[in-house]
Amino acid sequence: MNTNVMSSNKFAWLLKREFWEYRGGFFMAPLITTLVMLAITVLVLLSAEFSAHRHGIQLGGMNIDQVIEHVGEGDYTKVHSAIDIGLMGMSAPIGIVFCFVVFFYLLGALYNDRADRSVLFWKSLPLSDIETVLAKVVMAALIAPLLAVAAMIVLHLGFLILLSLYSLFRIGVHALPLLWSPTHLVALWLKLIVAIPVNALWALPTIGWLLLCSSYVRSKPFLWAVLMPVLTGVIISWVNLLQSFSLSGWYWQNIFGRVLFSIVPFSWLRRITLTDTPDSADDDLRVLNHVLSLDSISAALAMPSLWIGAAAGVAMIAAAIWFRRSRIESYA
Amino acid sequence: MSVVQARNLSKRYGATVALDRVDLDIQPGRIVGLVGPNGAGKTTALKAILGLAEFDGELSVLGMNPRTQRTELMQQVSFIADVAVLPRWLRVGDAVDFVGGVHPRFSREKCQAFLARTKIQPTQRVRELSKGMIVQLHLALIMAIDAKLLILDEPTLGLDILYRKDFYNSLLSDYFDHEKTILVTTHQIEEIEHILTDLLFIKEGKIVLNATMDDVGERFAEVLVNPDKADSARALKPLYERQIFGKSIFLFDGIERSRLAELGEIHKPSVADLFVATMKGTYA
Repeated sequence: MNTNVMSSNKFAWLLKREFWEYRGGFFMAPLITTLVMLAITVLVLLSAEFSAHRHGIQLGGMNIDQVIEHVGEGDYTKVHSAIDIGLMGMSAPIGIVFCFVVFFYLLGALYNDRADRSVLFWKSLPLSDIETVLAKVVMAALIAPLLAVAAMIVLHLGFLILLSLYSLFRIGVHALPLLWSPTHLVALWLKLIVAIPVNALWALPTIGWLLLCSSYVRSKPFLWAVLMPVLTGVIISWVNLLQSFSLSGWYWQNIFGRVLFSIVPFSWLRRITLTDTPDSADDDLRVLNHVLSLDSISAALAMPSLWIGAAAGVAMIAAAIWFRRSRIESYA
Repeated sequence: MSVVQARNLSKRYGATVALDRVDLDIQPGRIVGLVGPNGAGKTTALKAILGLAEFDGELSVLGMNPRTQRTELMQQVSFIADVAVLPRWLRVGDAVDFVGGVHPRFSREKCQAFLARTKIQPTQRVRELSKGMIVQLHLALIMAIDAKLLILDEPTLGLDILYRKDFYNSLLSDYFDHEKTILVTTHQIEEIEHILTDLLFIKEGKIVLNATMDDVGERFAEVLVNPDKADSARALKPLYERQIFGKSIFLFDGIERSRLAELGEIHKPSVADLFVATMKGTYA
């Protein structure tokens, strides 16, 4: 038997196993969020229709009535500007759900099976600890974001279909070509997909830290994972009161923030500096195009802190693999 | 070649010595019972053999180092570590698919044949199964793997007698053959003594008895002695003495049958009696 075929196959099975175990978080949670957002859209559109004050009604930062007005005027740019903002704004809840799911997934990934002793079953199979842990990294860094983006795409399509129905009713059939711009949508989705590996690199310190805690602690991984960095920060801040040299701001931003919150997609945006920064947030579309651009992605990849964090993340993942070898018991 | 070969195998947890320079050879085609009181080092020994814990000394399992060649070793070694350690969220059908996907020596047909004899359904999750059914599922998965060494650590703990009998019957009739080796620990020795070929007693980290069952039958004898001959029986240094209906029962190791016959009626001791005699003073 070809060992390469066997081991790549094995890896696929390991990913499948993660999916089976956390199907609720990775698949159902974004799906349900999407359905809830679409339901809200229906309610908002209905109430916009039957409300006397519909001018103020917004959906994901997008003013419904303005969009319809722009559509009526045939103003292509303004329609798309508004729709893009609406689509991204509506996707935010999927992103938030994703953060919670991945955070708790990583905390439990190497702990839950020790707590219920099923680790002994997995360890009775010819699977290396490296493969086991890497499958969990791939799940958190690549597969879960892909599923979240897929949910966003479904949400975008569903939202546009609902908006089209509404426009059809309000304006007529000529509104539809204005609302639907395939190149525009595909460009937006491509940016989301291209950003996945960048988000993953940025997330590595959090992925590494949470897996390390999950693999090492004998009980209460959440407390360890959160309290350790908090207490360290508190101690540093307290010591700083006595010294002139300030470490604490640096610590909270570069250590604390990175080991706990780097899994938040696009959280690196706040760190990059682009030459052509929009002056104000007034021009929402410019800001949006700006942050979701290939320029910002290349700017992120040029940040030393991204690579230093990634290296630290890889080191912590290696430590998690090492502890996975013998830390089998838990006190749970 | 020995299936398991240990030389000077030791393990400490802080000040506690869990394994104390153990030498061990297990030959292929044997069913070995590893028996000892709680905390004697059974689980530590099994963990070392399975590559799940660090140890001092030399240990080779099927010619491999269990620490450095663990993944390779697990293609040849199966184990059931404890009852009910299958993950509760796992579906029966997925479990079969998964083991089939990652284990080159797993036979799906065999596994399904074993499962067909139970009430377990492929769509059920482990959490929906009773304790006995979980063990049946685990056993079906493990028996479908053509492994050279099977390690069972208290596999039937907490199961009723029907499941326990069924468990060992399946192992003997459907799994075991002269190329396989089974190493089993259990507290219910009386239930497995008829299937064992070898007996290992472990006490305070040391192997205190290492014998085949045939040897055990020849070496050890239990004699029912009337009170008038009790003193001469004691002179032969019995391992153990207990009273029953005004008579004494003595357990002897390696005393000639003819001499024992003069004292009273000779019986073959049960492994449980032998165990009690060997382990006396353990908890004192």
